[in-house]
Amino acid sequence: MPIQFAGKPGLVAYLTAGDPDLKTTRAIALAAIDAGADVIELGVPFSDPLADGPVIQRASERAVARGTSLAHVLALAKDLRAARPESGLVIFSYFNPILRFGLEKFCAAAEAAGVDGVLVTDMIVEEAADYLAALERHHLAPIFLAAPTSPDDRLERIAAVSKGFVYAISRIGITGTQQSLASDAKSLVKRLRQYTDLPIAVGFGVSNAEHFAAVGQFADAAVIGSALVAIIEKSAPAEAPNSIARFIQGLYAPALQAR
Amino acid sequence: MSTAETISQVAGRFGPYGGRYVPETLVAALDELERAYAEAQADPTFHARLDSLLRDYAGRPTPLYFAERLTGSLGGAKIYLKREDLLHTGAHKINNCLGQGLLAQRMGKHRIIAETGAGQHGVATATVCALLGMECVVYMGEEDMRRQELNVYRMRLLGAEVRGVSSGSKTLKDAINEAMRDWVTNVRTTHYLLGSVLGAHPYPAMVRDFHRVISREARQQIQEKEGRLPTAIIACVGGGSNAIGAFYEFIPDKNVRLIGVEAGGRGTKLGEHAARFQGGAPGVLQGTYSYVLQDDNGQIALTHSVSAGLDYASIGPEHAALHDTGRAEYVSATDEAALDATVKLARTEGILPALESAHAVAECIRLAPTLPRHDILVVNLSGRGDKDMGILSRELNLKGA
Repeated sequence: MPIQFAGKPGLVAYLTAGDPDLKTTRAIALAAIDAGADVIELGVPFSDPLADGPVIQRASERAVARGTSLAHVLALAKDLRAARPESGLVIFSYFNPILRFGLEKFCAAAEAAGVDGVLVTDMIVEEAADYLAALERHHLAPIFLAAPTSPDDRLERIAAVSKGFVYAISRIGITGTQQSLASDAKSLVKRLRQYTDLPIAVGFGVSNAEHFAAVGQFADAAVIGSALVAIIEKSAPAEAPNSIARFIQGLYAPALQAR
Repeated sequence: MSTAETISQVAGRFGPYGGRYVPETLVAALDELERAYAEAQADPTFHARLDSLLRDYAGRPTPLYFAERLTGSLGGAKIYLKREDLLHTGAHKINNCLGQGLLAQRMGKHRIIAETGAGQHGVATATVCALLGMECVVYMGEEDMRRQELNVYRMRLLGAEVRGVSSGSKTLKDAINEAMRDWVTNVRTTHYLLGSVLGAHPYPAMVRDFHRVISREARQQIQEKEGRLPTAIIACVGGGSNAIGAFYEFIPDKNVRLIGVEAGGRGTKLGEHAARFQGGAPGVLQGTYSYVLQDDNGQIALTHSVSAGLDYASIGPEHAALHDTGRAEYVSATDEAALDATVKLARTEGILPALESAHAVAECIRLAPTLPRHDILVVNLSGRGDKDMGILSRELNLKGA
């Protein structure tokens, strides 16, 4: 399934798999897709999420404590693919769980599950030769992060090996919600645009309808993670899918009014 | 694993190990650090300044001391102690902190962050920041703050801000995660003064270079005293900075055994020790590819050691390479052996080792009696034990020592 963004902006919804439990993550993912999310990023919980802020750290800790493994996340992905054949599906992980599982074995399993792309937080282009070859063999899109601190020559290299979309980090720092969107984001997207025609999704700190609309002015899609995970943290498991659906519908509401 | 084999040409590799596994945001800062370090290395004024501080401020060269009573009581090989414990701030850590502190100054970064386990690296960092007039924030696991509270107070006295880390196991690994989060957020103004031969390139090679002085001195000193090279060098290995410093200049001397001592903790089960070469598998943790204690799902394991400085789930990538090629040997010493070694060294030589260094002493006590009297062992006494008084009084009271 190619990754496609229907809306302007499109929406990538990040969920930490296994928080509060795998069954609820499944229900939340389906609700998010039905409410308008174009791509689901299934986060593989890791014991040492050093690029994440407190919200996703806590979610990871809860999911790891419940024993959520990469194998569980792949099974969940397969299930989601069967239920929503048209939706974009990305696995989001730190590198170590994949290395431990086996890079080739992981890629084969992800392909069999119907996953579209893979994003590894601590994988950079210089280290990616084998990683890229394995993804290529299994028709998985490599999605890389681009940062405001990345000079143009790095952005060019990142764009050259990316497929699906490029994930532009809106500001320097870790994941998390914030009040306003840094001006870093717009100039990064502009610099990145010189090197790629792929969709560019902006993430890190996109947490409300206002940010979402603002991202739509200069990028193809927004990634929302911590804001969703925070809602899940506060909701009873049975209520979480509805809460997420309402939040996502709320993102699109001002955009609809503007039309 | 094939990944490692085919990318071994990437900069910062030790055999298959090492590399750079970090969020993209940090790559520009690592590139900047790599360039600045290369320029500093080629600049005689940098070396002159560093050498002068190492000599007049830190107290180098450190003595190589013949431990005659310890040798006599064990009845085997002659034992020499490389006295890094006599350095200013009480451990080898100051070598690296002075080097990186001067480097940060060259780069125009006035805010320094660091992680610390036992507190020795934190104290050395706080000291250098006071010396150079820089802002200093030290991340420390709350469990380590509890067991090394004297060092927490020392850092605060020196003007550093100590930030407790309550995530995960509340030890060194979690302090590094938090320091990296700070660095990702403040990368434009901040230098991360990493305290061991860990993390992404160029840290493992750079930190090693700042500690090479240990083996450069020891190699010359032992030749002056004995007219020959030692049978073995013994050093404790947490991240591995004192060990790589003590080993490095001896690596070409194939007849000199290099022995690293990991923390055997209180048992061989995962979670009860920090012996990466006995229970670990290659993996990526905190920027580098090396041996990592982890479960079947790739989650990083909890570790245990009586010494906070050895209580870490991974090991410097250069040690991983030395292990695989067989150039260095890695053994472990239990909590109990380290505590016994502390008492033994205190009562035979009047020297109180840090609990970390006591692991190396423990291996020396085991090994020396098995060797002929003609043989020579050099133990790197990486730090002194004042910081461990609280934990020693608790642990040793229990044992009735």
